[in-house]
Amino acid sequence: MASYARELSTQPEPAVRVQALHRSFNEAGGVLNGLDLDIAPGEFVALLGRSGSGKSTLLRALAGLDRGVAGHGRIEVPAKVSVVFQDSRLLPWKRVLDNVTLGLRTPDAAQRGSQALAEVGLAGREGAWPHELSGGEQQRASLARSLVRDPQLLLADEPFGALDALTRIRMHTLLRRLCEVHQPAVLLVTHDVDEAIVLADRVIVLDGGVVRHDARIDLDGRRSQADPAFARLRAQLLTELGVEDDHDAAPRPTVGQLSERAAS
Amino acid sequence: MTTLTAPTRPLAEAEDVRPTRRRLGPGEPIRFGGLIGIVALLAAWVVGSATGLLDPRTLTEPWTVVATAETLIENGRLTDSLVTSGIRAALGLGLGVLVGTVLALVSGLSRIGESLIDGPIQVKRSIPTLALIPLLILWLGIGEPMKVITIALAVFVPVYIHTHNGLRTIEGRYAELAETLGVTRTEFVRHVVLPGAMPGFLLGMRFAVTSSLLALVVVEVINATSGIGHMITLASNYGQTDIIVVGLVVYALLGVTADAAVRIIERKALSWRRTLAS
Repeated sequence: MASYARELSTQPEPAVRVQALHRSFNEAGGVLNGLDLDIAPGEFVALLGRSGSGKSTLLRALAGLDRGVAGHGRIEVPAKVSVVFQDSRLLPWKRVLDNVTLGLRTPDAAQRGSQALAEVGLAGREGAWPHELSGGEQQRASLARSLVRDPQLLLADEPFGALDALTRIRMHTLLRRLCEVHQPAVLLVTHDVDEAIVLADRVIVLDGGVVRHDARIDLDGRRSQADPAFARLRAQLLTELGVEDDHDAAPRPTVGQLSERAAS
Repeated sequence: MTTLTAPTRPLAEAEDVRPTRRRLGPGEPIRFGGLIGIVALLAAWVVGSATGLLDPRTLTEPWTVVATAETLIENGRLTDSLVTSGIRAALGLGLGVLVGTVLALVSGLSRIGESLIDGPIQVKRSIPTLALIPLLILWLGIGEPMKVITIALAVFVPVYIHTHNGLRTIEGRYAELAETLGVTRTEFVRHVVLPGAMPGFLLGMRFAVTSSLLALVVVEVINATSGIGHMITLASNYGQTDIIVVGLVVYALLGVTADAAVRIIERKALSWRRTLAS
Protein backbone atom coordinates (compact mmCIF):
# COMPACT_ATOMS: atom_id res chain seq x y z
CA MET A 1 0.00 0.00 0.00
CA ALA A 2 2.48 2.62 1.17
CA SER A 3 4.55 2.72 -1.97
CA TYR A 4 6.89 5.33 -0.54
CA ALA A 5 7.81 3.39 2.55
CA ARG A 6 11.08 2.30 0.93
CA GLU A 7 11.99 5.80 -0.08
CA LEU A 8 11.17 7.17 3.36
CA SER A 9 13.21 4.51 5.10
CA THR A 10 16.33 6.07 3.60
CA GLN A 11 15.64 9.10 5.79
CA PRO A 12 16.72 8.33 9.35
CA GLU A 13 14.01 9.95 11.50
CA PRO A 14 10.49 10.53 10.26
CA ALA A 15 8.58 13.30 12.05
CA VAL A 16 5.51 11.11 12.33
CA ARG A 17 5.45 7.35 12.51
CA VAL A 18 2.19 5.46 12.73
CA GLN A 19 2.23 1.67 12.87
CA ALA A 20 -0.65 -0.78 12.81
CA LEU A 21 -3.12 1.80 14.11
CA HIS A 22 -6.57 0.50 14.99
CA ARG A 23 -9.46 2.67 16.19
CA SER A 24 -13.12 1.78 16.45
CA PHE A 25 -16.15 3.58 17.83
CA ASN A 26 -18.39 0.53 18.12
CA GLU A 27 -18.41 -3.25 18.02
CA ALA A 28 -19.49 -3.39 14.38
CA GLY A 29 -16.21 -2.46 12.79
CA GLY A 30 -13.07 -0.37 12.99
CA VAL A 31 -12.64 3.10 11.55
CA LEU A 32 -8.88 2.59 11.31
CA ASN A 33 -7.76 -0.95 10.58
CA GLY A 34 -4.01 -1.34 10.94
CA LEU A 35 -2.96 1.91 9.33
CA ASP A 36 0.75 2.56 8.67
CA LEU A 37 2.03 6.03 7.82
CA ASP A 38 5.34 7.87 7.96
CA ILE A 39 5.69 11.61 7.42
CA ALA A 40 9.16 13.11 6.92
CA PRO A 41 10.15 16.36 8.65
CA GLY A 42 8.94 19.32 6.62
CA GLU A 43 6.81 17.14 4.37
CA PHE A 44 3.35 18.39 3.39
CA VAL A 45 0.92 15.49 3.24
CA ALA A 46 -2.70 15.86 2.15
CA LEU A 47 -5.13 13.24 3.34
CA LEU A 48 -8.10 12.50 1.10
CA GLY A 49 -10.91 10.09 1.67
CA ARG A 50 -14.64 9.71 1.51
CA SER A 51 -16.77 10.58 4.52
CA GLY A 52 -16.25 7.97 7.19
CA SER A 53 -12.94 6.77 5.77
CA GLY A 54 -11.19 7.64 9.03
CA LYS A 55 -9.43 10.88 8.02
CA SER A 56 -10.51 12.86 11.04
CA THR A 57 -10.07 9.86 13.34
CA LEU A 58 -6.44 9.61 12.25
CA LEU A 59 -5.89 13.32 12.70
CA ARG A 60 -7.44 13.32 16.16
CA ALA A 61 -5.34 10.31 17.11
CA LEU A 62 -2.18 12.18 16.06
CA ALA A 63 -3.36 15.27 17.97
CA GLY A 64 -3.89 13.18 21.10
CA LEU A 65 -7.58 14.07 21.19
CA ASP A 66 -9.01 10.54 21.06
CA ARG A 67 -8.96 9.61 24.71
CA GLY A 68 -11.55 6.97 25.37
CA VAL A 69 -11.70 5.69 21.78
CA ALA A 70 -11.10 1.94 21.64
CA GLY A 71 -8.06 0.81 19.69
CA HIS A 72 -4.38 0.00 19.66
CA GLY A 73 -1.27 0.65 17.62
CA ARG A 74 1.79 2.84 17.78
CA ILE A 75 1.96 6.61 17.22
CA GLU A 76 5.12 8.70 17.38
CA VAL A 77 4.76 12.44 16.92
CA PRO A 78 7.13 15.36 17.60
CA ALA A 79 6.97 17.27 20.88
CA LYS A 80 5.46 20.40 19.34
CA VAL A 81 2.20 19.70 17.55
CA SER A 82 -0.31 22.38 16.53
CA VAL A 83 -3.84 21.81 15.33
CA VAL A 84 -5.88 23.99 12.97
CA PHE A 85 -9.58 23.19 13.14
CA GLN A 86 -12.25 23.70 10.52
CA ASP A 87 -13.77 26.46 12.63
CA SER A 88 -11.21 29.04 13.66
CA ARG A 89 -12.03 28.26 17.29
CA LEU A 90 -11.01 31.66 18.57
CA LEU A 91 -12.25 32.34 22.10
CA PRO A 92 -14.93 35.01 21.56
CA TRP A 93 -14.12 36.71 24.89
CA LYS A 94 -10.42 37.25 24.07
CA ARG A 95 -9.03 39.82 21.71
CA VAL A 96 -7.20 38.48 18.67
CA LEU A 97 -3.68 38.86 20.10
CA ASP A 98 -4.67 37.16 23.39
CA ASN A 99 -6.16 34.32 21.37
CA VAL A 100 -2.92 33.90 19.42
CA THR A 101 -0.72 33.91 22.51
CA LEU A 102 -3.02 31.79 24.69
CA GLY A 103 -0.88 29.33 26.63
CA LEU A 104 2.44 30.85 25.51
CA ARG A 105 4.63 31.30 28.56
CA THR A 106 7.61 33.15 27.13
CA PRO A 107 8.12 36.78 28.21
CA ASP A 108 8.06 38.00 24.59
CA ALA A 109 4.76 36.25 23.88
CA ALA A 110 2.93 39.45 22.87
CA GLN A 111 5.71 40.46 20.50
CA ARG A 112 5.82 37.02 18.89
CA GLY A 113 2.04 37.03 18.63
CA SER A 114 2.06 40.36 16.80
CA GLN A 115 4.76 39.02 14.51
CA ALA A 116 2.69 35.94 13.73
CA LEU A 117 -0.35 38.11 13.03
CA ALA A 118 1.69 40.28 10.68
CA GLU A 119 2.85 37.12 8.91
CA VAL A 120 -0.73 36.12 8.14
CA GLY A 121 -1.62 39.65 7.03
CA LEU A 122 -3.41 40.73 10.21
CA ALA A 123 -0.96 43.38 11.39
CA GLY A 124 -2.75 46.03 13.41
CA ARG A 125 -5.71 43.82 14.25
CA GLU A 126 -4.28 42.69 17.62
CA GLY A 127 -6.99 44.48 19.60
CA ALA A 128 -9.98 43.34 17.54
CA TRP A 129 -12.63 40.98 18.90
CA PRO A 130 -12.92 37.72 16.93
CA HIS A 131 -16.46 38.54 15.80
CA GLU A 132 -15.16 41.69 14.14
CA LEU A 133 -13.08 39.59 11.72
CA SER A 134 -14.36 37.99 8.53
CA GLY A 135 -14.37 34.20 8.24
CA GLY A 136 -11.11 34.22 6.30
CA GLU A 137 -9.45 36.57 8.78
CA GLN A 138 -10.55 34.39 11.69
CA GLN A 139 -8.99 31.38 10.03
CA ARG A 140 -5.79 33.36 9.42
CA ALA A 141 -5.73 34.31 13.11
CA SER A 142 -6.05 30.63 13.99
CA LEU A 143 -3.13 29.86 11.63
CA ALA A 144 -1.12 32.52 13.46
CA ARG A 145 -2.02 30.88 16.77
CA SER A 146 -0.68 27.57 15.47
CA LEU A 147 2.50 28.95 13.92
CA VAL A 148 3.53 31.15 16.85
CA ARG A 149 4.25 27.87 18.68
CA ASP A 150 6.83 26.82 16.04
CA PRO A 151 5.24 23.42 15.52
CA GLN A 152 7.23 20.50 14.14
CA LEU A 153 3.93 19.02 13.05
CA LEU A 154 0.89 20.96 11.88
CA LEU A 155 -2.39 19.05 11.83
CA ALA A 156 -5.15 20.72 9.84
CA ASP A 157 -8.69 19.33 9.73
CA GLU A 158 -10.36 20.79 6.63
CA PRO A 159 -9.15 24.25 7.64
CA PHE A 160 -10.61 25.97 4.57
CA GLY A 161 -13.82 23.94 4.33
CA ALA A 162 -16.04 26.73 5.62
CA LEU A 163 -14.53 29.51 3.49
CA ASP A 164 -15.77 30.84 0.16
CA ALA A 165 -13.91 29.82 -3.01
CA LEU A 166 -12.00 33.08 -3.50
CA THR A 167 -10.86 33.31 0.13
CA ARG A 168 -9.81 29.68 -0.09
CA ILE A 169 -7.46 30.37 -3.02
CA ARG A 170 -5.84 33.20 -1.05
CA MET A 171 -5.49 30.94 1.99
CA HIS A 172 -3.77 28.27 -0.15
CA THR A 173 -1.12 30.77 -1.22
CA LEU A 174 -0.68 31.94 2.37
CA LEU A 175 -0.40 28.43 3.79
CA ARG A 176 2.20 27.38 1.19
CA ARG A 177 4.28 30.46 1.96
CA LEU A 178 4.05 29.95 5.72
CA CYS A 179 5.05 26.31 5.37
CA GLU A 180 8.09 27.27 3.29
CA VAL A 181 9.18 29.66 6.03
CA HIS A 182 8.43 27.52 9.09
CA GLN A 183 9.03 24.06 7.58
CA PRO A 184 6.69 22.01 9.77
CA ALA A 185 5.57 18.59 8.72
CA VAL A 186 1.93 19.03 7.70
CA LEU A 187 -0.99 16.64 7.64
CA LEU A 188 -3.93 18.32 5.92
CA VAL A 189 -7.28 16.58 5.91
CA THR A 190 -9.40 17.74 3.00
CA HIS A 191 -12.31 16.80 0.76
CA ASP A 192 -10.99 18.93 -2.05
CA VAL A 193 -8.81 17.06 -4.55
CA ASP A 194 -7.63 20.29 -6.19
CA GLU A 195 -6.62 21.71 -2.81
CA ALA A 196 -4.64 18.55 -2.09
CA ILE A 197 -2.77 18.71 -5.40
CA VAL A 198 -2.08 22.44 -5.17
CA LEU A 199 -0.71 22.31 -1.63
CA ALA A 200 0.82 18.95 -0.89
CA ASP A 201 4.12 17.18 -1.56
CA ARG A 202 2.32 13.91 -1.18
CA VAL A 203 -1.32 12.89 -1.34
CA ILE A 204 -2.70 9.93 0.57
CA VAL A 205 -6.11 8.38 -0.04
CA LEU A 206 -7.65 6.65 2.94
CA ASP A 207 -10.22 3.92 2.45
CA GLY A 208 -11.55 1.31 4.83
CA GLY A 209 -9.22 2.52 7.55
CA VAL A 210 -5.97 1.90 5.66
CA VAL A 211 -3.88 3.84 3.17
CA ARG A 212 -5.27 2.92 -0.22
CA HIS A 213 -3.18 5.21 -2.38
CA ASP A 214 0.01 7.14 -1.73
CA ALA A 215 1.22 9.49 -4.44
CA ARG A 216 4.04 12.02 -4.54
CA ILE A 217 3.13 15.22 -6.40
CA ASP A 218 5.88 16.00 -8.89
CA LEU A 219 4.55 19.16 -10.50
CA ASP A 220 7.19 21.82 -10.90
CA GLY A 221 6.75 25.41 -9.83
CA ARG A 222 3.31 26.97 -10.07
CA ARG A 223 0.69 24.30 -9.93
CA SER A 224 -1.99 25.15 -12.42
CA GLN A 225 -5.20 23.35 -13.10
CA ALA A 226 -4.56 24.08 -16.78
CA ASP A 227 -1.52 21.77 -16.63
CA PRO A 228 -2.40 18.40 -18.26
CA ALA A 229 -0.35 16.61 -15.58
CA PHE A 230 -2.54 18.28 -12.95
CA ALA A 231 -5.66 17.05 -14.72
CA ARG A 232 -4.29 13.50 -14.98
CA LEU A 233 -3.43 13.44 -11.30
CA ARG A 234 -6.82 14.83 -10.43
CA ALA A 235 -8.62 12.19 -12.50
CA GLN A 236 -6.51 9.46 -10.93
CA LEU A 237 -7.21 10.62 -7.39
CA LEU A 238 -10.91 10.96 -8.10
CA THR A 239 -10.94 7.41 -9.40
CA GLU A 240 -9.25 6.27 -6.19
CA LEU A 241 -11.99 8.07 -4.30
CA GLY A 242 -14.60 6.27 -6.38
CA VAL A 243 -15.83 9.36 -8.23
CA GLU A 244 -16.40 9.37 -12.00
CA ASP A 245 -14.93 12.63 -13.21
CA ASP A 246 -16.79 13.08 -16.47
CA HIS A 247 -17.02 16.89 -16.39
CA ASP A 248 -13.44 17.84 -16.99
CA ALA A 249 -12.31 14.68 -18.74
CA ALA A 250 -14.24 15.68 -21.85
CA PRO A 251 -11.99 17.52 -24.34
CA ARG A 252 -14.52 20.18 -25.29
CA PRO A 253 -17.58 20.94 -23.18
CA THR A 254 -20.80 20.79 -25.19
CA VAL A 255 -23.91 22.79 -24.42
CA GLY A 256 -25.54 19.80 -22.80
CA GLN A 257 -22.59 19.25 -20.46
CA LEU A 258 -22.49 22.89 -19.48
CA SER A 259 -26.11 22.96 -18.46
CA GLU A 260 -25.63 19.71 -16.60
CA ARG A 261 -22.75 21.26 -14.69
CA ALA A 262 -24.81 24.30 -13.84
CA ALA A 263 -27.55 22.11 -12.51
CA SER A 264 -25.29 20.08 -10.28
CA MET B 1 -33.76 60.66 -3.70
CA THR B 2 -33.84 62.10 -7.22
CA THR B 3 -34.86 60.44 -10.41
CA LEU B 4 -32.34 59.60 -13.07
CA THR B 5 -34.16 61.44 -15.85
CA ALA B 6 -34.50 64.82 -14.15
CA PRO B 7 -31.75 65.37 -11.57
CA THR B 8 -32.33 69.17 -11.58
CA ARG B 9 -35.91 68.81 -10.40
CA PRO B 10 -36.49 70.15 -6.85
CA LEU B 11 -36.67 67.46 -4.19
CA ALA B 12 -40.22 68.31 -3.18
CA GLU B 13 -41.47 67.27 -6.61
CA ALA B 14 -39.40 64.10 -6.73
CA GLU B 15 -41.66 61.24 -7.58
CA ASP B 16 -42.14 58.60 -4.92
CA VAL B 17 -44.52 55.91 -6.03
CA ARG B 18 -44.22 52.60 -4.22
CA PRO B 19 -46.53 49.84 -3.24
CA THR B 20 -47.05 49.72 0.49
CA ARG B 21 -48.44 46.98 2.66
CA ARG B 22 -50.41 47.31 5.85
CA ARG B 23 -48.05 47.20 8.83
CA LEU B 24 -48.54 44.17 11.08
CA GLY B 25 -45.61 44.60 13.47
CA PRO B 26 -45.69 47.02 16.43
CA GLY B 27 -43.92 49.73 14.42
CA GLU B 28 -41.26 52.26 15.38
CA PRO B 29 -40.15 52.33 19.04
CA ILE B 30 -41.36 55.36 21.05
CA ARG B 31 -38.67 57.56 22.61
CA PHE B 32 -38.63 57.28 26.42
CA GLY B 33 -41.60 54.95 25.98
CA GLY B 34 -40.74 53.14 29.21
CA LEU B 35 -41.45 56.28 31.24
CA ILE B 36 -44.87 57.05 29.76
CA GLY B 37 -46.74 54.45 31.80
CA ILE B 38 -45.05 55.55 35.01
CA VAL B 39 -45.84 59.23 34.36
CA ALA B 40 -49.48 58.35 33.56
CA LEU B 41 -49.79 56.42 36.83
CA LEU B 42 -48.30 59.31 38.83
CA ALA B 43 -50.64 61.74 37.05
CA ALA B 44 -53.65 59.56 37.96
CA TRP B 45 -52.47 59.63 41.59
CA VAL B 46 -52.15 63.43 41.59
CA VAL B 47 -55.53 63.94 39.89
CA GLY B 48 -57.25 61.37 42.14
CA SER B 49 -55.89 63.01 45.31
CA ALA B 50 -56.63 66.58 44.15
CA THR B 51 -60.22 65.80 43.23
CA GLY B 52 -60.81 63.84 46.43
CA LEU B 53 -61.51 60.57 44.57
CA LEU B 54 -58.65 58.98 46.53
CA ASP B 55 -59.24 58.95 50.30
CA PRO B 56 -56.00 60.11 52.03
CA ARG B 57 -56.48 57.19 54.49
CA THR B 58 -56.24 54.76 51.56
CA LEU B 59 -53.41 56.47 49.73
CA THR B 60 -51.74 59.66 50.92
CA GLU B 61 -51.58 62.63 48.55
CA PRO B 62 -48.30 62.76 46.59
CA TRP B 63 -47.37 66.18 47.98
CA THR B 64 -47.82 64.87 51.55
CA VAL B 65 -45.52 61.95 50.69
CA VAL B 66 -42.87 64.36 49.41
CA ALA B 67 -43.24 66.50 52.57
CA THR B 68 -43.03 63.40 54.80
CA ALA B 69 -39.92 62.22 52.95
CA GLU B 70 -38.35 65.64 53.55
CA THR B 71 -39.17 65.49 57.26
CA LEU B 72 -37.85 61.93 57.53
CA ILE B 73 -34.61 62.94 55.83
CA GLU B 74 -34.28 66.01 58.04
CA ASN B 75 -34.69 64.11 61.30
CA GLY B 76 -32.38 61.36 60.01
CA ARG B 77 -34.86 58.49 60.30
CA LEU B 78 -34.96 57.73 56.56
CA THR B 79 -31.20 57.98 56.11
CA ASP B 80 -30.52 55.74 59.14
CA SER B 81 -33.08 53.19 57.98
CA LEU B 82 -31.71 53.25 54.44
CA VAL B 83 -28.14 52.71 55.63
CA THR B 84 -29.19 49.83 57.92
CA SER B 85 -31.23 48.16 55.17
CA GLY B 86 -28.54 48.79 52.57
CA ILE B 87 -25.80 47.20 54.67
CA ARG B 88 -28.04 44.22 55.45
CA ALA B 89 -28.87 43.66 51.77
CA ALA B 90 -25.26 44.17 50.68
CA LEU B 91 -23.88 41.73 53.27
CA GLY B 92 -26.45 39.08 52.39
CA LEU B 93 -25.97 39.61 48.69
CA GLY B 94 -22.18 39.49 48.95
CA LEU B 95 -22.20 36.32 51.04
CA GLY B 96 -24.76 34.64 48.81
CA VAL B 97 -22.94 35.53 45.58
CA LEU B 98 -19.63 34.31 46.99
CA VAL B 99 -21.06 30.99 48.18
CA GLY B 100 -23.11 30.48 45.01
CA THR B 101 -20.13 31.17 42.74
CA VAL B 102 -17.71 28.95 44.64
CA LEU B 103 -20.21 26.08 44.76
CA ALA B 104 -20.95 26.49 41.03
CA LEU B 105 -17.23 26.36 40.20
CA VAL B 106 -16.59 23.28 42.33
CA SER B 107 -19.66 21.56 40.94
CA GLY B 108 -18.97 22.64 37.36
CA LEU B 109 -15.31 21.66 37.27
CA SER B 110 -15.34 18.27 38.97
CA ARG B 111 -17.67 15.33 38.70
CA ILE B 112 -17.27 14.51 42.41
CA GLY B 113 -18.12 18.10 43.30
CA GLU B 114 -21.20 17.92 41.12
CA SER B 115 -22.36 14.67 42.70
CA LEU B 116 -22.02 16.14 46.18
CA ILE B 117 -23.31 19.66 45.61
CA ASP B 118 -25.81 19.71 42.79
CA GLY B 119 -28.41 17.39 44.35
CA PRO B 120 -28.77 19.20 47.70
CA ILE B 121 -29.00 22.58 45.96
CA GLN B 122 -31.74 21.34 43.64
CA VAL B 123 -33.64 20.20 46.75
CA LYS B 124 -32.98 23.54 48.49
CA ARG B 125 -34.25 25.30 45.37
CA SER B 126 -37.66 23.68 45.78
CA ILE B 127 -38.02 25.00 49.35
CA PRO B 128 -38.91 28.71 49.40
CA THR B 129 -36.21 30.43 51.47
CA LEU B 130 -38.83 32.35 53.39
CA ALA B 131 -40.21 29.04 54.69
CA LEU B 132 -36.86 28.50 56.40
CA ILE B 133 -37.20 31.65 58.51
CA PRO B 134 -38.84 29.93 61.53
CA LEU B 135 -35.97 27.44 61.68
CA LEU B 136 -33.38 30.17 61.20
CA ILE B 137 -34.92 32.15 64.06
CA LEU B 138 -34.61 29.11 66.32
CA TRP B 139 -30.98 28.60 65.30
CA LEU B 140 -29.73 32.16 65.06
CA GLY B 141 -32.20 34.28 67.04
CA ILE B 142 -33.72 37.40 65.56
CA GLY B 143 -30.52 39.44 65.30
CA GLU B 144 -28.54 40.56 62.27
CA PRO B 145 -26.92 37.13 61.52
CA MET B 146 -30.36 35.61 60.93
CA LYS B 147 -31.31 38.44 58.56
CA VAL B 148 -28.06 38.36 56.59
CA ILE B 149 -28.13 34.57 56.30
CA THR B 150 -31.76 34.53 55.16
CA ILE B 151 -30.86 36.99 52.39
CA ALA B 152 -27.74 34.98 51.49
CA LEU B 153 -29.82 31.79 51.28
CA ALA B 154 -32.24 33.49 48.90
CA VAL B 155 -29.37 34.83 46.79
CA PHE B 156 -27.00 31.92 46.38
CA VAL B 157 -29.47 29.66 44.58
CA PRO B 158 -29.99 31.77 41.42
CA VAL B 159 -26.27 32.60 41.34
CA TYR B 160 -25.40 28.90 41.60
CA ILE B 161 -27.98 27.75 39.04
CA HIS B 162 -27.06 30.26 36.34
CA THR B 163 -23.29 30.15 36.86
CA HIS B 164 -23.33 26.35 36.86
CA ASN B 165 -25.42 26.36 33.72
CA GLY B 166 -23.02 28.88 32.15
CA LEU B 167 -20.08 26.63 32.99
CA ARG B 168 -21.72 23.52 31.64
CA THR B 169 -22.73 25.15 28.37
CA ILE B 170 -19.18 26.31 27.51
CA GLU B 171 -18.62 24.48 24.26
CA GLY B 172 -16.49 21.36 24.47
CA ARG B 173 -14.57 22.48 21.41
CA TYR B 174 -12.96 25.25 23.46
CA ALA B 175 -11.74 22.70 26.00
CA GLU B 176 -10.38 20.64 23.10
CA LEU B 177 -8.59 23.72 21.75
CA ALA B 178 -7.08 24.41 25.17
CA GLU B 179 -5.82 20.82 25.28
CA THR B 180 -4.06 21.19 21.92
CA LEU B 181 -2.47 24.46 23.10
CA GLY B 182 -1.04 22.71 26.14
CA VAL B 183 -2.42 25.13 28.75
CA THR B 184 -2.40 24.22 32.42
CA ARG B 185 -5.57 23.64 34.41
CA THR B 186 -5.24 27.02 36.14
CA GLU B 187 -4.84 28.81 32.81
CA PHE B 188 -7.80 26.87 31.45
CA VAL B 189 -10.00 28.02 34.33
CA ARG B 190 -8.79 31.62 34.04
CA HIS B 191 -8.93 32.05 30.28
CA VAL B 192 -11.70 29.70 29.23
CA VAL B 193 -13.95 28.68 32.12
CA LEU B 194 -14.42 31.95 34.00
CA PRO B 195 -14.99 34.22 30.98
CA GLY B 196 -17.18 31.57 29.41
CA ALA B 197 -19.36 31.36 32.51
CA MET B 198 -19.57 35.16 32.84
CA PRO B 199 -22.87 35.62 30.93
CA GLY B 200 -24.54 32.98 33.11
CA PHE B 201 -23.09 34.50 36.28
CA LEU B 202 -24.36 37.97 35.42
CA LEU B 203 -27.82 36.67 34.59
CA GLY B 204 -27.78 34.96 37.99
CA MET B 205 -26.73 38.27 39.56
CA ARG B 206 -29.79 40.02 38.18
CA PHE B 207 -32.06 37.42 39.72
CA ALA B 208 -29.99 37.53 42.91
CA VAL B 209 -30.42 41.27 43.35
CA THR B 210 -34.20 40.94 43.11
CA SER B 211 -34.21 37.96 45.50
CA SER B 212 -32.06 39.83 48.02
CA LEU B 213 -34.52 42.73 48.15
CA LEU B 214 -37.47 40.39 48.51
CA ALA B 215 -35.77 38.61 51.41
CA LEU B 216 -34.77 41.97 52.89
CA VAL B 217 -38.38 43.16 52.94
CA VAL B 218 -39.58 39.95 54.57
CA VAL B 219 -36.95 39.80 57.34
CA GLU B 220 -37.43 43.48 58.08
CA VAL B 221 -41.20 43.33 58.25
CA ILE B 222 -41.34 40.14 60.30
CA ASN B 223 -39.04 41.15 63.13
CA ALA B 224 -36.74 44.11 63.10
CA THR B 225 -35.90 47.09 65.23
CA SER B 226 -34.33 49.11 62.46
CA GLY B 227 -34.38 49.53 58.70
CA ILE B 228 -36.91 50.56 56.09
CA GLY B 229 -39.12 47.55 56.84
CA HIS B 230 -39.22 48.46 60.55
CA MET B 231 -40.16 52.02 59.61
CA ILE B 232 -43.02 50.70 57.47
CA THR B 233 -44.24 48.28 60.17
CA LEU B 234 -44.33 51.04 62.78
CA ALA B 235 -46.17 53.37 60.41
CA SER B 236 -48.67 50.62 59.70
CA ASN B 237 -49.42 50.31 63.42
CA TYR B 238 -50.14 54.06 63.65
CA GLY B 239 -51.98 54.28 60.32
CA GLN B 240 -49.35 56.59 58.78
CA THR B 241 -49.96 55.85 55.11
CA ASP B 242 -47.54 58.59 54.01
CA ILE B 243 -44.56 56.92 55.73
CA ILE B 244 -45.53 53.52 54.28
CA VAL B 245 -45.56 55.00 50.78
CA VAL B 246 -42.16 56.65 51.35
CA GLY B 247 -40.78 53.26 52.41
CA LEU B 248 -42.20 51.57 49.33
CA VAL B 249 -40.72 54.23 47.06
CA VAL B 250 -37.32 53.70 48.69
CA TYR B 251 -37.59 49.93 48.13
CA ALA B 252 -38.48 50.58 44.48
CA LEU B 253 -35.51 52.91 44.06
CA LEU B 254 -33.18 50.36 45.69
CA GLY B 255 -34.37 47.65 43.30
CA VAL B 256 -34.16 49.77 40.17
CA THR B 257 -30.70 51.11 41.10
CA ALA B 258 -29.29 47.67 41.86
CA ASP B 259 -30.66 46.21 38.62
CA ALA B 260 -29.24 49.13 36.63
CA ALA B 261 -25.84 48.61 38.28
CA VAL B 262 -25.76 44.95 37.28
CA ARG B 263 -26.77 45.86 33.74
CA ILE B 264 -23.94 48.37 33.48
CA ILE B 265 -21.47 45.75 34.72
CA GLU B 266 -22.95 43.31 32.21
CA ARG B 267 -22.43 45.72 29.33
CA LYS B 268 -18.80 46.35 30.33
CA ALA B 269 -17.91 42.73 31.06
CA LEU B 270 -19.60 41.26 28.02
CA SER B 271 -18.48 43.80 25.45
CA TRP B 272 -17.09 40.90 23.40
CA ARG B 273 -20.59 39.66 22.75
CA ARG B 274 -22.37 40.65 19.59
CA THR B 275 -26.02 40.41 20.46
CA LEU B 276 -29.20 41.52 18.74
CA ALA B 277 -29.44 44.45 21.14
CA SER B 278 -26.24 46.11 19.92
